[in-house]
Amino acid sequence: MKSSLLMILFALLWAGSPVKEGYEVGDIAADFTLKNVDGKMVSLGDFKSAKGFIVIFDCNTCPYSKAYSERIIALNKKYAPLEYQVIAINPNDPSKSQGDSFEEMVKVAKKKGYNFPYLADESQSVAKTFGATNTPHVFILTKDLKVSYIGAIDDNARNADAVTKKYVEDVVDAMIAGKPVPFTKTKAIGCGIKWKNV
Amino acid sequence: MLQLPDHNFLIIEERPLKTIYFILLLLISWSLSAQKAELIKLKGLEKIIQSPSEHILVINFWATWCAPCIKELPYFEKLNQENKNAEVILVSMDYDLDPNIEKVNKFVARKKLQSRVLILAESDPNSWIEKIDKRWSGALPATLIINTKTGKRELIQGELGDGQLEKLIIKVTN
Repeated sequence: MKSSLLMILFALLWAGSPVKEGYEVGDIAADFTLKNVDGKMVSLGDFKSAKGFIVIFDCNTCPYSKAYSERIIALNKKYAPLEYQVIAINPNDPSKSQGDSFEEMVKVAKKKGYNFPYLADESQSVAKTFGATNTPHVFILTKDLKVSYIGAIDDNARNADAVTKKYVEDVVDAMIAGKPVPFTKTKAIGCGIKWKNV
Repeated sequence: MLQLPDHNFLIIEERPLKTIYFILLLLISWSLSAQKAELIKLKGLEKIIQSPSEHILVINFWATWCAPCIKELPYFEKLNQENKNAEVILVSMDYDLDPNIEKVNKFVARKKLQSRVLILAESDPNSWIEKIDKRWSGALPATLIINTKTGKRELIQGELGDGQLEKLIIKVTN
């Protein structure tokens, strides 16, 4: 009797607590399927030999995304051979930000020579599930999709040569070496994701 | 006939007066439209946030490159003009990407911004974003509304809607 009352109490408390949106470090991310700039549908599960993922919420239009695009290409160049796959996802609503339409994404990917997936999160559900807030916003996952790091690429958006802390590289290097990651969460100034009107 | 010299005298005197008024008017309108943004460090901003104030602080974090920020600036300008209980401070975050502050000053002059404009001149955002507000992701725009007397504060991340600022001010006032 007592235990069932307790259970009801817990259930009530549980129902009363607000639903938390977005992942914390240690959470297991849900896989997703989104359309790539080549027209094919892409899931994390497609990368059978991946040892981990560098998921980056990014876009065409944000000056921070532009400042980081070469660094993202360099991350892929460095880590793709080590089976850490870069996945870029554009969550912006094209009706709010015309430069982020699928056609524009195709153009940017071609122009910059992206050789990693650049996916359109049209419903914005992946960005919401992850808890992405700005672009670029990085989530590093293990091969089992456990979230190891959430945050910025490094500590200097303006100047890649003046970076003192390479957050993403240091985290992935530690994962490759089987060591604890040196950073789990960082923050950066960035463009807020252009959400659809509710 | 006796009136004539007086009349002439008046006409002569009126001209320099008019010129002075005109110059004064020009100076006033210039000083109103061409405020310069002040550079501030994090310590200075923290002092503003923490010092007791008679007003409700309305601090908007924006940048010249941020389209939704520019779109909502008129709400803050209107509030600054109309609500004497609110102290509006527009904090430009441009410095992080471009330390050339002239761009901000030109923007402030072009838009004739009347609210106080600060430029936060700090690097390594990860070391200070949470000092401004623990909940803030760092994404722009963001607005912090603080009642320094009670410590009540509201953080809005993203673009504001029409009338939302007034509601938030009432919320932290009561």
